[in-house]
Amino acid sequence: MERAGIPTALLCNLVGIAQRVGAPRIVPTRGIPYPTGDPSLDRERERAYRRRLVEQALVAISTPVSEPTIFDSALTAQEA
Amino acid sequence: MRVVHYLNQFFAGLGGEDQAGTPPTLREEPIGPGRRLQALIGEHEIVATVFCGDDYAAGTPGAAEQILALARSAGAELIVAGPAFTSGRYGLACASVVAAAAREGLPALASMHPENPGIEEAGGAPVIESGATGREMAVSLERLAAATVKLAAGEPLGAAEGRVGKLPRRNVLVSESAAARAVELALARLGGDREATEIPLPSVEHITPAAPIADPGQALIAILTEGGLVPAGNPDRLESARATKWVRYEIAGLDSANAPDFQSVHGGFATTWANEDPNRMLPLDVARELEREGAIGRLHSEYFSTAGNGTPVASAKRFGIEWAAELHKANVAAVVLTAT
Repeated sequence: MERAGIPTALLCNLVGIAQRVGAPRIVPTRGIPYPTGDPSLDRERERAYRRRLVEQALVAISTPVSEPTIFDSALTAQEA
Repeated sequence: MRVVHYLNQFFAGLGGEDQAGTPPTLREEPIGPGRRLQALIGEHEIVATVFCGDDYAAGTPGAAEQILALARSAGAELIVAGPAFTSGRYGLACASVVAAAAREGLPALASMHPENPGIEEAGGAPVIESGATGREMAVSLERLAAATVKLAAGEPLGAAEGRVGKLPRRNVLVSESAAARAVELALARLGGDREATEIPLPSVEHITPAAPIADPGQALIAILTEGGLVPAGNPDRLESARATKWVRYEIAGLDSANAPDFQSVHGGFATTWANEDPNRMLPLDVARELEREGAIGRLHSEYFSTAGNGTPVASAKRFGIEWAAELHKANVAAVVLTAT
């Protein structure tokens, strides 16, 4: 999709593989089976965490990149 | 030689996805496919098996080092990992373990399918080709065993032994000069041979990133997933492994991906958490919230889904091309894609 001109934020846990296959915009997540969740949090905090992930994805799709780039600043800045 | 064999929780006979979080464990005997491997490698002895859950191995920093430390504690002189076939997390674990061993100078080799995404993680350690699924266990083990015996004897492993992935360059003396070999290769090429080369190039493709969108608050954005999320009952029968298709569903007017209206049919991990709250796979609840607040211009009226589990690269590429075409048609400007 990136190749076709559609900026795509990839939310995934296996960041190394995403980089190796050349995904340009990567947002790291906490677990393989729940990319936009974290069952260890209570519902409210989990939802807040999910919101930050999607906000980070919006940052990714509106940022110019030239190679596989990891977007995680907002995630580490406001740890739940 | 004292061989230690690495397996995931499934091939160790522990269980399926419910056991995928199992930490590295040592057993001082060959287990499962290790028994057949033992029979095939003759004088070398599988003194122990280390197994680990796929989620733990692929998702825990330092897991490969823990596994290697356990193997060392059993007196490993050589490490064999797999076969992992096309299983992504298992392949990644096998590759990371043999790479960690190779860094410490311990001979090690892994077995997996050439399309296993883990293959690139093996560093300089050899990877021997396996079949695509466990149905090809017998032939995969035979090839792995033959390579193991050669590696134990200190012999190099190359294409003849079924080696795939990165090949380290070695200095060798040849009788023909570079000029004569170059002419030979040129003649071979003119004769129609497209493959002959002395320097195989890695097959990594370059992807030119798309230009960013100016303002998500003005854009039509789609949320898509590779996590096999479908409406309850899987009406279009999306396959849980080696998917041959992708599916699309309306989400216009939906505020949240609620249980039990959606389920994941992905066969590559435990779907308990996604089924408990499907927003963990498709973040519709917060995307809708961001849309209401104006941070997202508009959400596309449908989501696309497939299950990336042992999926051949060619199929995944086709899905990507089809998705891009559909999204272009609908004037979608950008995508948020979740992957497992």
